[in-house]
Amino acid sequence: MSDRIEVLVGTKKGAFILDSDATRQQWRVRGPFVDGWPVHHLVRAGDGALYAGAGSPWYGATVFRSDDNGETWSQSSAGLTYGDDGPKVTNIWHLAPTPDGRTIYAGVEPAGLFRSDDRGDTWTHVAGLREHPSQPEWQPGNGGLILHSIALDPQDPKHMWVGISSVGAFETTDGGETWETRNKGVRADFYPGDPPEFGQCVHKMLIDPTDPDRLIQQNHCGVYRSDDGGSSWTEITNNLPSDFGFPMAVHHERPETLWVIPHSAPEAGRHMIDGHAAVWRSRDRGDTWQQLDAGLPIENAYLTVLREAMATDRLDPVGVYFGTSTGQVFGSNDEGDRWSLIADFLPDVWSVEAAQVAS
Amino acid sequence: MAAVYLPRSLVTLFLNPPPRHLSLESETLGQLVSDLDARWPGIADRLLEPGPLIREHINVFIDGERERSLAAPLSSSSVVHVIPAVAGG
Repeated sequence: MSDRIEVLVGTKKGAFILDSDATRQQWRVRGPFVDGWPVHHLVRAGDGALYAGAGSPWYGATVFRSDDNGETWSQSSAGLTYGDDGPKVTNIWHLAPTPDGRTIYAGVEPAGLFRSDDRGDTWTHVAGLREHPSQPEWQPGNGGLILHSIALDPQDPKHMWVGISSVGAFETTDGGETWETRNKGVRADFYPGDPPEFGQCVHKMLIDPTDPDRLIQQNHCGVYRSDDGGSSWTEITNNLPSDFGFPMAVHHERPETLWVIPHSAPEAGRHMIDGHAAVWRSRDRGDTWQQLDAGLPIENAYLTVLREAMATDRLDPVGVYFGTSTGQVFGSNDEGDRWSLIADFLPDVWSVEAAQVAS
Repeated sequence: MAAVYLPRSLVTLFLNPPPRHLSLESETLGQLVSDLDARWPGIADRLLEPGPLIREHINVFIDGERERSLAAPLSSSSVVHVIPAVAGG
């Protein structure tokens, strides 16, 4: 119980770190870090470095790194470009350090994948993804043409999946040189006729940390799981009150446990349904879902939780955290049974991650 | 030597930050950016976007006149101000 838990928060205006001892009852707020920069994702890599993916209207997209727990930050976007003839990279939406700590991937807007093998000092375009034959037909969704999900196979460094809004899921088994669409079985209600090969609007896609053949995703049109590496998907929306939402989370050791946050329909407000804040948990991989709202505001709480803004820690019982676009962060130290407000009055929360650090 | 004024929001991005006010012997605006980048690697990426072009919301003034061309000449008496555009929110 000597480790500390950090909740890493990226916001519209800088990044914050909430930290607590392992009881996860009292939280201290530190920040803002990289103040003034819109931070889409803040992560802590295995070597302890903090990385913040950011995009400024003035200075463009870059990745910040801190090697001293946020005291000082450097930044670099060297190589984070499609070239002088290509579109401008405007935002870093997702950062994914590899388990061995040697590489960090970045998903960017407009949709593309970059990698760094030198702790973010320089970046290389994983060009094979944008060389996919479908790329000329990629169209942005409401949030832009963004690559926001990177699911790394922990057993094979050349194997990964990415998710792009309004485009769908792709898989590579050769380190990113070639990619295949992985959207079979996923609805695209905004298209006429049968679902297309691509164009599905994945909102967040995750890998089962215990089995790389198993994936899950919250989509614009439902919640899904795959048991065959994304080759086919089964809808698990089931008894959820809405098929719409943004983030999703999975238990690191008991992956039959999932969490989602249903929101009102896309043509409505895209917030907590009827102003009743709730997280929904499944203990059976989405066959059935249970509403969890103890400690959450259940009246007049029109909160929105964006795609990157829910995370879990690795303690037992698992802690679950989510942040809202109105600056609240809620946490549960018992897998969602009971919640408390652990930070308030922050800028719009765009991302939440959990990290475990030695005291 | 052209006199160059840099915004606080730019210089604070570097662990060994440039001074807010410095002098450079650059002959064009593009060369000025290159000269800055040689001393503070990465600063060109913050000022330029693909093209290369001066970033859309970065304003550069030479002797008080807004300038967008990287080929714009500088003289030893030029005064260059780099100023981020005003924004709301």
